[in-house]
Amino acid sequence: MTEANIRSSAVSESFIDHFPQGWLSLDDRDGYQGYIIEKDHLLEFARRLRDEHGYDYLSSITGVDYFPEDRMEVVYHVYKSTGGSGIEFKVVTGRDNPEVTSLVSLYDGANFQEREIWDLLGIWFEDHPDPRRILTWEGFAGHPLRKDWTEPYFEEDFKPFDSRWPEGRPERSEATNPFGDNVQFKDPFDPETWVYEGDDQVYEALRNEYSTKDEDLDVEQFIVNMGPQHPSTHGVFRMVVLLDGETIVGLKPVFGYLHRNHEKIGERNTFLQNMPFTDRLDYITSLSNNLGYALAVEKLTEVHPPERAEYIRVIMAELTRIINHLVAIGFLLNDLGAFFTPNLYGLEERELILDIFEAVTGSRMMCNYLRFGGVAHDVSSDHLKQINALVSERLPRKLEDFDKYLTGNEILRSRCEGVGVLTPEDALRLSVTGPLLRASGVPYDIRRADPYSIYDRFEFDVAWNVHGDTYDRFLVRLEEIRQSIRIIKQALRDIPDGPIQTGKVQHQARVPAGESYGRIESPKGELGYYIVSNKKPNPLRYHVRAPSLINLSALEIMCRNQKIADAVVILGSIDITLGEVDR
Amino acid sequence: MIGKGILQGLGVTFRHFMDTYLEDIRAGKKRYRTADGIAARRSADTRGIFTIQYPEEKMPVPELFRYVPILLYEEDENGEKEYRCTACGICSKVCPPQCIWIVRTVNPETGRPLPNPEEFYVDIDICMNCGFCEEFCPFDAIKMDHDYELSNYNRFENHIIDLEGLGRPISYYAGIKPGIFAEEEAARAQKKAEKAAKAEKKDK
Repeated sequence: MTEANIRSSAVSESFIDHFPQGWLSLDDRDGYQGYIIEKDHLLEFARRLRDEHGYDYLSSITGVDYFPEDRMEVVYHVYKSTGGSGIEFKVVTGRDNPEVTSLVSLYDGANFQEREIWDLLGIWFEDHPDPRRILTWEGFAGHPLRKDWTEPYFEEDFKPFDSRWPEGRPERSEATNPFGDNVQFKDPFDPETWVYEGDDQVYEALRNEYSTKDEDLDVEQFIVNMGPQHPSTHGVFRMVVLLDGETIVGLKPVFGYLHRNHEKIGERNTFLQNMPFTDRLDYITSLSNNLGYALAVEKLTEVHPPERAEYIRVIMAELTRIINHLVAIGFLLNDLGAFFTPNLYGLEERELILDIFEAVTGSRMMCNYLRFGGVAHDVSSDHLKQINALVSERLPRKLEDFDKYLTGNEILRSRCEGVGVLTPEDALRLSVTGPLLRASGVPYDIRRADPYSIYDRFEFDVAWNVHGDTYDRFLVRLEEIRQSIRIIKQALRDIPDGPIQTGKVQHQARVPAGESYGRIESPKGELGYYIVSNKKPNPLRYHVRAPSLINLSALEIMCRNQKIADAVVILGSIDITLGEVDR
Repeated sequence: MIGKGILQGLGVTFRHFMDTYLEDIRAGKKRYRTADGIAARRSADTRGIFTIQYPEEKMPVPELFRYVPILLYEEDENGEKEYRCTACGICSKVCPPQCIWIVRTVNPETGRPLPNPEEFYVDIDICMNCGFCEEFCPFDAIKMDHDYELSNYNRFENHIIDLEGLGRPISYYAGIKPGIFAEEEAARAQKKAEKAAKAEKKDK
């Protein structure tokens, strides 16, 4: 055991004493942290952890398949909403018909994540209120993240593929692996005679949960599908709403139309090859995605980037935040019916920032800029001047314009104020993060609560507000842009000269065995990467805790008893990117 | 006062609208279709609408800009192409979507591999423009091109590019990325000098 391991276990031994004997034990595998909980006591343990120890915010749940061992794990990360580091615990089960107690009764935020684990790994959650598949469709056979499952165009388990060199003649995968021969269907399933009935499940779930019958009055509630075309320019997303007149009684979001099994691709890739794929999660904020992933891997390799690289990372991540919030505000206004004028004001500023990204990283959106232990290219002093000109003159001026233009606008206020209210209790229970959580009166910002990189050096305020409505979310985002500008100014002032990379970047990163959870405050919320390495060039498990996906669990509660026209606005105020939701 | 916010907002829009015309009048014909005009519209103090009128105008791309890979070759007096690529395969190994295929040349007599590619393919449908091949190539042989107008009518015929199609003379590369090219050439010359010095030492 390493020294750090021994130290943490000394602390944790006493933690174990808080619980009855036999409930939990230390996870003492090399490179692993946290505790292993006895399956039968999971619910009670989690309840005590939340109620007695204050871990009220469930950050992430994911599963790991240790094939060929007969072992699967469900991994939980919980934190305190008051800040500080968290606790990780695991439940172990076999691979045949694995079953774990659901934690939805304690944390509603577990709902989507447990459905995702059932969908992708095939671990069943007992007492889950809505145990349907979430990302793949109803006729899907198997659970794609299991290690023995192969995809239609399967070539090899790990990249690089042998067919590329030294005898590499290109063949289209469609030609060698024709569609139809390699697709498995659920038994009994025949694509020729099949009648689609998947939606019945959604409708049934919706009716079961919300439908109310009025004894005296014969009222019919009806179901309306909003989507799956772009209901409000956010991507392919569908809301199934149960309506009573124009009032929303219940709502189920349906997504997965853009699902490409990012995590499976990630497990086929080498660690470095994954970097450009993270760009494509939330394609508005590629540099933040890079940062989260780099931090998670750097935790394992224990590489620390040089000072200059840290500053560059912060500057880039904050520019990304500015971009994201400009886009989020712009599209929120689009959803409100202010078609494209405010949006284009936001996009104008974004364009100027993207010019800088293009010059520094080589690409406007798919930046692929961070490397483990540094960044790919240095930022020249000209570019720093350009950034400085933006943040010290143009952006503040433009924000003032935004303020004048929007904040006082009567139409915006009447459409946003009091719409889609989310109480702080609900927000925490639903594991909501980012501007959505902070607008609900919980000033939880990972940059402050559990600082990463060099954020502890900067002076900034955590933007938050108390009403929890759409208008507050808009204000919080505006304020966050101002705070980002503040951080960038400080970073530009302090950025030292020096190297931008520790050592030479290896294309085969050597990553020691173990697990790590790297989380950052991405513009949309908490972006977490859970990585398990078994010393091979490819990660054994690569999981993305997507803020967009988990923030969507609040959509239902925010839309209830609102008018249907407001559902679009509320969705806009969550600020989702389907590339990240569907993964 | 109700309506104040709306009026203020309209004011912002109106100013933005007028700014465009004022800029046009102030800058005159220079504003459009000139390099200066494009640069001015991309600077931080640009006002009004600053759309680049593609395809009549094009944004100049920065040196680091990357699109799809090309292979560099040197031309000797007879016009014979000598590719820098040694078929080491690093690019095809590091490529995240695995879009590079290489056939290594083999000496037919000895059966030993020779340091140049017999065939080289890039499938630009799969390429994700990440630039890893360029970054990790130890011979400065594979580079990312600046040409982004690659659309054509038949993806089955035209989107897998072979050695011939990928090849570009060094002068082309020096033209699109002059700064980076100069740096790389300096590094190459230094490496060569070091190698020569080492060899000399060994000879002695």
